[in-house]
Amino acid sequence: MKTNDVILQTVTKVTLFIIILFSIHLFFAGHYYPGGGFIGGLMTSGAIVLLLLAFDIKTVKSILPIDYIKLTAIGLLFAIGTGAGALLFDMPFLTHAYTYVNMPLLGKTSLHTAVLFDTGVYLVVIGVTMTIIQTIGESE
Amino acid sequence: MNNLIILPILIPLITGVILIFFTKNIPVQRWVSAAGFLLMIVAAGMLVSHVYQDGIQTMHLSNWEAPYGITLVSDMFSALLVLTTSIISFFVVLYSFKSIGEEREKFYYYPVVSFLIVGVNGAFTTGDIFNLFVFFEVMLMSSYVLLVLGGTKIQLRESIKYILVNIISSALFVIAVAYLYSVVGTLNMAHISLRLSEVSDLTIITVIAVLFLIVFGLKGAIFPLYFWLPGSYYAPPAPVMALFGALLTKVGVYSITRTYTLFFYHDTGYTHELLQIMAILTIIAGVIGAVAFTDIKKIVIYNIIVAVGVILFGVSVFTENSLAGSVFYIIHDMNIKAALFLLIGIVISITGTSDLNKIHGLIHRYPGVAWTFFIASAALAGIPPLSGFAGKLLIVRSGFEAEDYIGAAFVLMSSLLVLFSVMKIFIRGFWGAPRAYKNEENAPVKWLLFAPALLTAFAVLYGFGTEAIYPVISMAAETLANPEIYINAVLKE
Repeated sequence: MKTNDVILQTVTKVTLFIIILFSIHLFFAGHYYPGGGFIGGLMTSGAIVLLLLAFDIKTVKSILPIDYIKLTAIGLLFAIGTGAGALLFDMPFLTHAYTYVNMPLLGKTSLHTAVLFDTGVYLVVIGVTMTIIQTIGESE
Repeated sequence: MNNLIILPILIPLITGVILIFFTKNIPVQRWVSAAGFLLMIVAAGMLVSHVYQDGIQTMHLSNWEAPYGITLVSDMFSALLVLTTSIISFFVVLYSFKSIGEEREKFYYYPVVSFLIVGVNGAFTTGDIFNLFVFFEVMLMSSYVLLVLGGTKIQLRESIKYILVNIISSALFVIAVAYLYSVVGTLNMAHISLRLSEVSDLTIITVIAVLFLIVFGLKGAIFPLYFWLPGSYYAPPAPVMALFGALLTKVGVYSITRTYTLFFYHDTGYTHELLQIMAILTIIAGVIGAVAFTDIKKIVIYNIIVAVGVILFGVSVFTENSLAGSVFYIIHDMNIKAALFLLIGIVISITGTSDLNKIHGLIHRYPGVAWTFFIASAALAGIPPLSGFAGKLLIVRSGFEAEDYIGAAFVLMSSLLVLFSVMKIFIRGFWGAPRAYKNEENAPVKWLLFAPALLTAFAVLYGFGTEAIYPVISMAAETLANPEIYINAVLKE
């Protein structure tokens, strides 16, 4: 039986971008407020799962031709690389550095290496969640 | 602060991540992992020499001082275990090249082995009890994959058992840590030890001690919690079996040793007595299994259980000499178990079976395999001057000195029966009239023999070099016997 998903599909096309934008907001909020790479990554994968529900695996693969296992590995490289960077300065593993910079439009902004680490977490979370969900979904 | 500590954890982690990018390229998989593990041996060796010269090394992750942040601590005991782990995993990887099969190699075999080593080395190194749980999980996740990889019927069946047992014990682990935290209010192991010595009510500490014994006993396979081990370790192919047999139970044993020497040394009348009874029963159960079976895999697997009992008996006697014996023995046992599992892996790849009744006369065509096996079994049983001897001697002697006559006698008796169980393999499997086997021509015996032969050579060197190594071992035992050394190194830098 072919179901009629026209409402779900139309709504998804709009809300997808809102969800992803909000997840990016959460991601950047993470350093001083609730949020961060983990929750941001979960929300982004939530958006992709919504896409999977509205359409099917094949369509989503053609929109987002991503190998999620490799994405996980890239994320891990980011996270480990940030941690190992501290070794170059003879500091303990995972020690972070930060500074304040005056940026156009944003004003005084703090730049923190934790963002790089969190990017890694963000990618790992997306990669792992999507791998799990696709593996479960594929067999049906 | 010393960043060298993190390298034996960091190197396999990076190796594993890099390997994920090249899953279908088998030569890259092989050589990158071998190179990574070789680098890890170098780092671990440097760590040992550093600890030997400058005492216990610590490192506060993210530069958060102890007891607030997570601290990595390398005392001699953990540094030696990390070095042994690195050497064994390197040889197992070399052995895997021609034994594990292309299908497994293409499906993340090498990355997962790397992650397993991350967990094992991390568990040996960490100085934070909750972080220990995290590294246990890293190790267990990887071991689930290694156990199920290949997906044969027996592997699937045993994986379910294995995962179930480990999930329950992990849940208990968190509960035990929570109890401990509610009593002492800290997770840093040195700090816990300090706070525990101020607690006046010993009963609650004893309860926690027994809970920890159950948790680590499930992982380390002590009586009666070893029930899952003979089945689960039987399922995977030889190199995975070698990794499991040499490393995983030893992480449990290490954790018991660490907690029972650093935390629970106040009421030894109850806790260590219990540990001792468990250790003796473990030896008995293991020996019965080793003697009874005629399946070569099962015989060696039951010998793991015997060794766990012997090491823990040394810990339970709790004198500096008996601890030195345990340290000696745990390193010897990791090394020789890896060698034995790899050797029976060769036998299985030649004959296609692990049933001793169907194997005989191998010595005629494969004298190298036969004599390596002979030396390895002699070392396992502790025949002087091979490697098992010094450890057992120290354990037995300090057992008699502490007037634990029954336990020491059981350790002695077990050596004889262990020797009998492995000589049974040698006599029935290698002697006798030669016969032809189906897969014989395809077995790359020369390549496969390389790794276990070198590991056996280590066992011989370790035995002959006892005198030279003894200062290093006694340094490890000194730290175990005197928790103040550990506490001072972590908290008062």
